[in-house]
Parts: sequence; structure tokens; C-alpha cells
Amino acid sequence: MTTETEITLTPVSLDEIKHLISERAIQGETVLLNMGPQHPSTHGVLRLLLELDGEEVVNCIPDVGFLHTGIEKNMEAKTYEKAAVMTDRLDYLNNLGNNLAYCMAIEKLADLDVPPRAQAIRVILTELQRISSHLVWLGTHALDMAAMSVFLYCFREREIILDIFEMCSGQRMMTTFFRPGGLWRDVPADFEAAVRKFIKLFPERVNEYERLLTKNPLFLRRTKGIGVLKPETALQYGVTGPMLRASGIAHDLRKAQPYSGYDQYDFDIPTFTDGDTYARYLVRVEEMRQSLRIVEQALNKLPLGPVRSNNRKYVPPPRSEIGVSMEALIHHFKLWTEGFTPPKGSVYVGVESPRGELGVYLESDGGPKPYRVHWRTPSFTNMQILPIIAKGHLVADLVVLIGTVDIVLGDVDR
Amino acid sequence: MGVEQKLGNMGVVTVKLEELVNWSRTNAMWPMLFGLACCAIEMMATQASNYDLSRFGMELMRASPRQSDLMIVAGRVTRKMAPVLRRLYDQMPDPKWVISMGDCASCGGVFNNYAIVQGVDEVVPVDVYVAGCPPRPEALIHGIVTLYEKVKGERIKDWA
Repeated sequence: MTTETEITLTPVSLDEIKHLISERAIQGETVLLNMGPQHPSTHGVLRLLLELDGEEVVNCIPDVGFLHTGIEKNMEAKTYEKAAVMTDRLDYLNNLGNNLAYCMAIEKLADLDVPPRAQAIRVILTELQRISSHLVWLGTHALDMAAMSVFLYCFREREIILDIFEMCSGQRMMTTFFRPGGLWRDVPADFEAAVRKFIKLFPERVNEYERLLTKNPLFLRRTKGIGVLKPETALQYGVTGPMLRASGIAHDLRKAQPYSGYDQYDFDIPTFTDGDTYARYLVRVEEMRQSLRIVEQALNKLPLGPVRSNNRKYVPPPRSEIGVSMEALIHHFKLWTEGFTPPKGSVYVGVESPRGELGVYLESDGGPKPYRVHWRTPSFTNMQILPIIAKGHLVADLVVLIGTVDIVLGDVDR
Repeated sequence: MGVEQKLGNMGVVTVKLEELVNWSRTNAMWPMLFGLACCAIEMMATQASNYDLSRFGMELMRASPRQSDLMIVAGRVTRKMAPVLRRLYDQMPDPKWVISMGDCASCGGVFNNYAIVQGVDEVVPVDVYVAGCPPRPEALIHGIVTLYEKVKGERIKDWA
């Protein structure tokens, strides 16, 4: 598909944005300023139209869609198995979490069983993914406040997690390691040792970040009382994840509707009541510790056994069977040429991503390709809150506020 | 090693202007701080501790296109973003280079659909393509070193 790309920017007249800005802007009392889409602190290609009174933000209007990739539409053109590849690229800091939501949706639709070993490995890897996502958030959030060294430390630890992912799947980020009915393959023999090494090393590293930031007076003045989000406002706007928990509502899908065996593990949901940027920082740092607890428990209890369902209508047979069994060969051929066909129906599955509730709505017409896939992405919902918490703050604080919402533009625009 | 070996008794070095300028350009290239999608995260990893892009004279990412001479297009370019990308490229002063990082920027990658520009070379001229989805930091560094080789081969008459 090639069409001529238009490379002209069309100017927008004041009339077109009249309904978004205040009366004072039209009279020229306040200044309209464009921030982004290329700006170091918008964490991607977010564009904000700011209405400023001096340095104070009067209005902040987000303009999204600069990264609209058409993932939902593209998934309709692929078989269920192939569409899993697309899910990695949605929220590119939570690749395995996206895989998990998508695979769980198919498993719910097709009533597919997942072996306990696969479930435990899924939990270990998604929790490691949560830690790595929070590390990127912490590093860039601190970088926005000019704390360069935190960024370097966070990425140092993130590399260890990426090495574990690479060990399992051969890829650092876009792993597509979870497949409908289990995993792509079992984890390698040295997986457990690598994770144990990380579990041993990481708590001290979290303390190190906290030593740099938690009581740092510069950090406190940039975050305390900035962007206060009241719990009722958060609920009205459908905010989920650490943003909601920092406002005092202990809602976490891992506890509220446990999936993938989360009910077997003992962990806390960190909650703070201030609802400001500092509370959100504390929530996320504590979440990293809790995630590590889950990883450790899951690793201790890691059962042996298969990592893929035995349902041959959905999961390809192992290589060894293909040579000896005619039926296995037929299944393999059917799965890779046509794909599997789940029954008609629609399902919604939500998982707790590092940013909040990540939901996938899947509609099947009984064919080998999904009829409709819709993603309920936490970044998109959480970003609605940005204009509300930014009101009345300085432009310099807005940079911190974009960081604290923890948006991933791939997740916002899809 | 170093310049003192080249110094004669008179403390003078003779060098071709072409080579001198190209050498200095490759050792202080300022990339634009410009990430689009997933590849931008790997670009950040390249700058961070383990891979340390400053070994190649690149630790200074500039947020303004006016101060940068290398654009690393890291990620998928959408039709909404393409005009902005072109505007940024036009704002960069000469000489300027473009690295297309990742499959999406190079050829559309896995996204052959209405939203994604099928290769950023439809919008800006590209010097080096880096393959991968996303490319490993080593791959990006290899792309940068390849660009250096290209810059070292530039002739005076080609300078704008």
C-alpha cells in the first residue's frame, strides 16, 4: 500500500480551537503555546496546547494520535496466532503484559487450559516486566527533574531484566513469549539462577534509588503537593493503576479479580492518600519491591510439567510428535496454514499493567481471524486527568506531571 | 598514540582539510533528542550505562533541531507525524545526516496499513538503515559507526 504522503502542516485558526480555550486567550490576555510533539519531556510524541498566564498553566489541551499505528485494525487482518506479534508493540514498556491480556482473552473465548508451570512463568515474567517498566519511568521521571544519575542506575538494572527476557525468548523487548494455551517454549535451564541473582541484587538497588530521591529536598519541592488528584475525580475519569492507588483507593486487578494464579501469592498493594506526585512516586517504588516478592514466591513454587496446553486444536504439537504421528502432522499443518478457529462470541479480559487496567475486548465470528479487537489502554484513560491536575501549576511542573502520569504514547494512540 | 606522534620538530601537523573536518565531525556529532516509539527506548538504553553512547562522542543529545546534526528516526512514523518530522529535518542546519532506526522507520515493519508511512525515506533522505524490531543497542552503535565511515568519505565538493 503506497500513497503519496502529504508533508505539509496545515495551520489552525483561532476559530477552530475556540471551544477549547478560555475567553481571555481570544482577547489576547493569555498566551497560547505549543508543546511537542517533539519535546524531550513529553515521553514520546504527545502534543500539548498550553494556555499560559505568565508561567501559570490556565488550560492544557492534549493532542494525541501522532503515533496512531492502526494496531487494532491490523490485528483483524491476521490470524489469532500471528496477531499476538502486534500486541507487543502497543505498550512497548509492558510487552509481556500485553501478550498476557491477549492470550487470556483467547483462552477465555476458547476455554483453553493453561498448565500451572506456564502460569507461574507468566507471573514471574510479567512482574519482572512491571519492575523494568517502573525503572524506565523512574529514570525518565528523575531525568525530567535533572537527576541524571538515577536514569543511569535504573537502566543498569533494567538491562539485567532484559537479559532474562532475551535468555527466554531471544529478544530483548518484543518477545511474544506468551502464546494462547501457554508459552512459546519452556524457559532455559539457567533461568532460575538468573532470576535468583536478580532477586538478591535488586532490593539494595531500590534502596539506592530511594537514598537519592526520597528525602532529597530538591525532589521533594518538585513533587510534594504538585498535581493533587482527589480520589473521587480519579474514579470519575476511570483512572487506574498507581495513579489511583496514590489517591487512596486500593484497587488492583491482581487482588480484585485474580488471574493467572495471582491468588496463590502473598503481596501488598501499596496505597497512599496524598494523591500528589510524591505519593505516586512512593507507590511505584513500593510496587517494585512487591513485584519482587511475587517473583520470589512464584520461583520457589515453580511446578514442573508442560508449558503448553494439550489441546491440539489450538496449540501446535511438539516437534518430536510430528515425525511419528499423522494426526500431529495434520494439526500442525492446519494450525500454521489456516490458524485455529475459536467459537463465536465476545470476551473482555483485564490485567493489571504497570500503568493500570489493560483490557482487551475480543470479538470472534467463528473464523480464524478476530472480527474485532479493542484495547482498553490505561495510558489513554489516565491521560485525561492531565489537564485537570495541571491547572494552576507552572510550566516547569507540567513537565513533572507528564512524567507522573506515566504515559506510553504507543499505549495512548495504538 | 595521539597527536604528539604526528608533531614534527616544528610542532606542525599537515593534514588534508577534508580529512580534518570529517574527523572532527565524526567525533562530535550531536544527535537530536527525538524518539517516536519502541526504538526510542532502545535508543535510551544505548545512551545509558551499559552501552554508553558517549564513547562515540554522542552523549550530548540536543532537544532542539537547530543544534543537532544527526536525526535518529527511532520508531514508526505515522502519517500525522510525517509533516512534523519533515519540519524538524528542515530546521536542522547543514551538514545533517539521518539514521533510520528499526524496521518500522526503514520499511514500515510489521505495520503495512493506513496509518504508517512505509519507510521514512519517503519523507527525508536516509543515510543509514538499522534493521531490527527494535534493533539492539549494539546494532544502533554499528549503524552510527557505519555513518562515521560514510562521513569520513565525504569530499569537499560535496559539502553544502
